[in-house]
Amino acid sequence: MVAYIIRRAFAAVVLLLIVSAVTFGIFFLVPRLAGETTQQLASQYVGRDPSPQAVQSIIHNLGFDKPVYQQYWEFIHGIVAGRTFNDGPTPTHCAVPCFGYSFKSHLPVWPDLTQRIPVTLSLALGAAVIWLVSGVAIGVLSALKRGSIFDRLSMGVALAGVSLPIFFTGLLSMDLFSFQWPIFSNLHYVNFTDNPLMWAKNLVLPWVTLAFLYSALYARLTRAGMLETMSEDYIRTARAKGLPERKVVTRHGLRSALTPIITIFGMDFGLLLGGAVLTETVFSLPGVGQYAVQAITDNDLPKVMAVTTLAAFFIVVANLLVDLLYAVVDPRVRLS
Amino acid sequence: MSKTNPVAASSKAKAAEADAKDADTKAASAGKDAPNPEAFLSVRDLRIHFDTDDGLVRSVDGVSFDLETGKTLGIVGESGSGKSVTSLGILGLHRSKRARISGEVWLDGEELISADPDRVRQLRGEKMSMIFQDPLTAMHPYYTVGAQIVEAYRVHHPQASKKAARGVAVEMLDRVGIPQPDRRVDDYPHQFSGGMRQRAMIAMSLVNNPKLLIADEPTTALDVTVQAQILDLIRDLQKEFGSAVIIITHDLGVVAELSDDILVMYGGKCVEKGTSETIFTAPEHPYTWGLLGSMPRMDRELQDRLIPVKGSPPSLINLPKGCAFNPRCPYAELTGGKSTTETPQLIEVKPGHRVACHLPEEKRHSIFRDEIAPRL
Repeated sequence: MVAYIIRRAFAAVVLLLIVSAVTFGIFFLVPRLAGETTQQLASQYVGRDPSPQAVQSIIHNLGFDKPVYQQYWEFIHGIVAGRTFNDGPTPTHCAVPCFGYSFKSHLPVWPDLTQRIPVTLSLALGAAVIWLVSGVAIGVLSALKRGSIFDRLSMGVALAGVSLPIFFTGLLSMDLFSFQWPIFSNLHYVNFTDNPLMWAKNLVLPWVTLAFLYSALYARLTRAGMLETMSEDYIRTARAKGLPERKVVTRHGLRSALTPIITIFGMDFGLLLGGAVLTETVFSLPGVGQYAVQAITDNDLPKVMAVTTLAAFFIVVANLLVDLLYAVVDPRVRLS
Repeated sequence: MSKTNPVAASSKAKAAEADAKDADTKAASAGKDAPNPEAFLSVRDLRIHFDTDDGLVRSVDGVSFDLETGKTLGIVGESGSGKSVTSLGILGLHRSKRARISGEVWLDGEELISADPDRVRQLRGEKMSMIFQDPLTAMHPYYTVGAQIVEAYRVHHPQASKKAARGVAVEMLDRVGIPQPDRRVDDYPHQFSGGMRQRAMIAMSLVNNPKLLIADEPTTALDVTVQAQILDLIRDLQKEFGSAVIIITHDLGVVAELSDDILVMYGGKCVEKGTSETIFTAPEHPYTWGLLGSMPRMDRELQDRLIPVKGSPPSLINLPKGCAFNPRCPYAELTGGKSTTETPQLIEVKPGHRVACHLPEEKRHSIFRDEIAPRL
């Protein structure tokens, strides 16, 4: 078990290195292949109509005059061991994990990014609770009452939920509940520690919007899983023992149907922590996803690198947790 | 139909209903088919039909039998003859809204078909229990063997502590011959071998000391060497617990030694019923002959070929008119056309021996004597 975790952790580090190398490569090499020169790259980060000297100093300050592999090495080195910048009037030290300074704002990247994690975490956690409870409950009921009006109706709504994009449902819900009936008006993010009530009130619409998509997905998954497990032989055995139907469904049916749901949930949640881009954008939540969009629009490499690494980290960790959890839930899986 | 029989009234009403529904069953549902109050289990005119998109599937169509405590009944037939459907019907495990069940099942003086489903549920696992064909799929993969036995015990003994129930589980595993039961009780089903799983399954079904045990193809999924052990185990436990046992199988060899009585099913109906000895030494139905002829025997020369029953089991939606076996019956012509027009009734030819066949009795005896017996 311990050996397994160590092996997986090592693989995770390698994976993160690959992700960072690819991101770095995309940022530097792809524009070069399209014919962009170092001057053009650097001129994005100075004011309008820059003098050649200004461009030259930017090239030097951002390290564009060094070979790409050296720039990459310094970058990785900074994340692991910190980095000292000597380009200003006084040397500045950037602590571990150092993702450098923004090309645009010249502020350190990491503290800025970590400030946004609670926002995305709030969004993802609340939505996850809603979609897990509602999705699984609807899926189970649909499976048990297969072919009923409830089943058809909820599966119809679920199909809509899966098909409708967030920027439609999100804007619609905002129009309805923020403007037509201003129950949740003046949406803005409030820190949980500042005012838990306002935190929740302002997040209700984003939660529901995001959860609508996922609970539709989970309702369909749960329904399919329940239909399958409830026709298993061991369900018949459970009934033959004289177990009440409620226990047959929960202890025997749902127990099996939930296993794949847990796996998928881990992945989905990990993915969301790397930024719920659409939801954050629609509801102007200052989360990781919005940060990523801004970083890419600004062509701001340190920010892009930081946010991709963070997202990859969440996904890798979620994956590892799911695999470990699987061994707990399904005794047939042995980790060796 | 005796006046003192508490069953009489409802049986009469049911019989009348059945008469109106199906003229064919008139004779069958007459007075002689009243439930036997002496028998521990008495099944009368059990019908289990399923509404499907293709039509009504008559899986079980008027089956009756009695079983006394301590006795074993073998139900034999091909796949789709209605054996398993009958047993699930007795346990009340047909939950589909499409299932239409009629008839009577009397278990120790209680009628189950018309009973409250929750009452039947309480009886399940306590007074009657079942062993299934494939012990790997029949046990939940996520719970330990012990937990599943404990669960079966505690449904019917809610006052029992977890610790006490675990003790019972260990004891049961020991009784069915699992080595080191106190250790194996915490194993998962996949850590058991096939034979051990079936033993554990038997332990689970006997944990509440049920008076009726139904074994549905208990050895089909097992190795040949293990099959005999499991059958021996069932026999020993039956002696020990004194329960009534129904063994369902397509393999006459399985029931040969175990059963007191044998019921042969074809197309959802009982075609022949008698003591084990009668069925093996003086069978009268051509289908039973076919089953006997297709059974490998240790006392027979190896080069002798087995004789399969020609054709395949009938569709239960469109059963052949008349005798359902007529398209596959080598002697159908000898009935003078009756076999394709009239459904044969299950008629008592000797005390305890019933046959549903249009062939004249002497003819059946001579065919068996001259053509069938020499081949067996």
